[in-house]
Amino acid sequence: MMLAILNIDWQTLTDATALGAIYALMAVGIGLVFGVLRLVNFAYGQLVMAGAFALALASQWGWPIWAAIVLCFAVVLVLSVLMDRLVFRPLRTQSPAIMLVATFAVAYLLESVALLWFGPLGKIASSFGTLNQPVTISGVDIRKITIVAIVVAAACLIALTLLLERTTVGLYMRASSMDFDTARLLGVRANRVIATAVLISGALAAVVAIMLTVQTPLVTPDFALRDTIIVLAGVVLGGMNRPVPATLGGFAIGFASGILGGALPTNQSQYLPTFLFTAVIVVLLVRPGGLFARSNAVERV
Amino acid sequence: MKRALALQELAAPALLVVAAGLLGTVVSLSTQAYFTDALVSVAIVVALYTFIGNSGVLSFGHISFVAIGAWTAGVLSVPTGQKPAIMPNLAHFMRPWTTGNLTSIVLAGVIAGVCALVVALPLMRLSGLAAGIATFGVLEITHNMLQYEERIGPGLNAFSSVPETTGLLQASLGALIVIAIAFAYARSRFGRLLRATREDPAAARAAGVSIYRQRLIAFTLSGILAGLAGGLYVHLLPVSTNSVYLDLTFITLAMLVIGGATSLWGAVVGALAVSALDSYLAIAENGASLFGWHYDLPAGTRVVVEGALMALVLIMRPSGLTGGRELRFWPRRSS
Repeated sequence: MMLAILNIDWQTLTDATALGAIYALMAVGIGLVFGVLRLVNFAYGQLVMAGAFALALASQWGWPIWAAIVLCFAVVLVLSVLMDRLVFRPLRTQSPAIMLVATFAVAYLLESVALLWFGPLGKIASSFGTLNQPVTISGVDIRKITIVAIVVAAACLIALTLLLERTTVGLYMRASSMDFDTARLLGVRANRVIATAVLISGALAAVVAIMLTVQTPLVTPDFALRDTIIVLAGVVLGGMNRPVPATLGGFAIGFASGILGGALPTNQSQYLPTFLFTAVIVVLLVRPGGLFARSNAVERV
Repeated sequence: MKRALALQELAAPALLVVAAGLLGTVVSLSTQAYFTDALVSVAIVVALYTFIGNSGVLSFGHISFVAIGAWTAGVLSVPTGQKPAIMPNLAHFMRPWTTGNLTSIVLAGVIAGVCALVVALPLMRLSGLAAGIATFGVLEITHNMLQYEERIGPGLNAFSSVPETTGLLQASLGALIVIAIAFAYARSRFGRLLRATREDPAAARAAGVSIYRQRLIAFTLSGILAGLAGGLYVHLLPVSTNSVYLDLTFITLAMLVIGGATSLWGAVVGALAVSALDSYLAIAENGASLFGWHYDLPAGTRVVVEGALMALVLIMRPSGLTGGRELRFWPRRSS
């Protein structure tokens, strides 16, 4: 009934869920690094972009799919480790604002390197084209990628939860995001925990790169830039400090932008960013600590 | 005497701007354009400093007010006869009007200031990351509205036919005025109260300072200054929505942080230093020689070098080139 009023069909609903799933993965990637480093990585989208270009090159060279995936993971992981070593580590003790502007600089740098190498028109990543074909489930056409995206995202999130809840390194990571100094005093190795968080976040970026290139095969230097901005808003909306609220925030904003895109009449759909960010601002005003935060008490001195 | 000593904190950035303006008169006409551009950047970065530097709250939304200023001055300055061609869907009441150069820039500041106040009323309750994302949202909304709302401007097209009155003189004067206002604010009671909330919010609140009200004042003022800068900008070159969006946000924030966000001197030094580098690399992309060695940089190198240098400065000198301090010719006697 609700859906009929808003002019939303099942197809919009599944597409929105898939977008939410992909954004949730990005949110986890950004949230994990924030947890241990208190660093908002604006350059996360450029990791996804690098992975997407790796896929595009692989498909241009005619590599098999498994090799393309390996190349994508390799490129993104190497880049994340380099980013951590060259930028995040020297800036670890600085204020969040300085670290944020530094990741801005890294994002700008990577984007312009891509522009220099590949040009503004970009490349096509076509290895996974078959995933774009629809399957019909009880009269509704659903693209295979939507199902794949939802399944893969769910699998990644379950694996990650197990890692965080059931392994020693997961315990270290949870402890570090709660109170890094105390965790170090108790014998948690800072560099190892941060390296793990950066690697997992990089692996998630590679997964996101694969999903996004299936949906939009044209890879340009500003690939995933808009998505990163929206996901960042979602992560802050959910509550940055803990992984579950951050993930939920990412999912919520992806789902909301998918639904809004489907529900708005055509002549208003160009105003989608306005609707989306107005909603973000309103939610932030009502719950500054995050939508899913336990409380938003002011810090006591 | 005390006041005279304080004025030197205004003198240093003002002299630097005058020097840049004078240097611009002796170079070739094509190089002069880079100087004019740099001086407009100074105005934008000083506007950013007024809020970010004094409050310590990062705002990604200030380029919205530059955009609103540019739109106001642009719509007011396009000659009446050319309005239907450039802005076919402009609202009717706007059509018969054209104002002079100065009026258009002043109104740019006024309208941008009103918008900044309206935005600040709800938003200044936020701080930290929530404030950062919310101001980013303001930038997104402004960009989106200006791009598709053709009743208030040219939409996706650029502002052509705006008289190009922002030469070296107007840019220098504009930058000087913005610097003077920013200085007067920072020295005032309000500037000091706001910096107190930056240094220690709890202590400031305990002393009876309303963080919300002080941030509100600073945000509105810096919105006015950003609007003035936007007015200068649209009279410099045909502005379009994409020239007042993410790239400008990034480069001006980088200028502020590289110079040293907590001082007026830092804002001016950062804007001029990054502009100088930017112009040098832009010229070098068209072929240049350094110490007798001639080279051509491939197009696009500019941005790569800039990005790398910015990251490097942030790592080596996180508080900026000036260390975030004002320049004093006669250092304060230590007691």
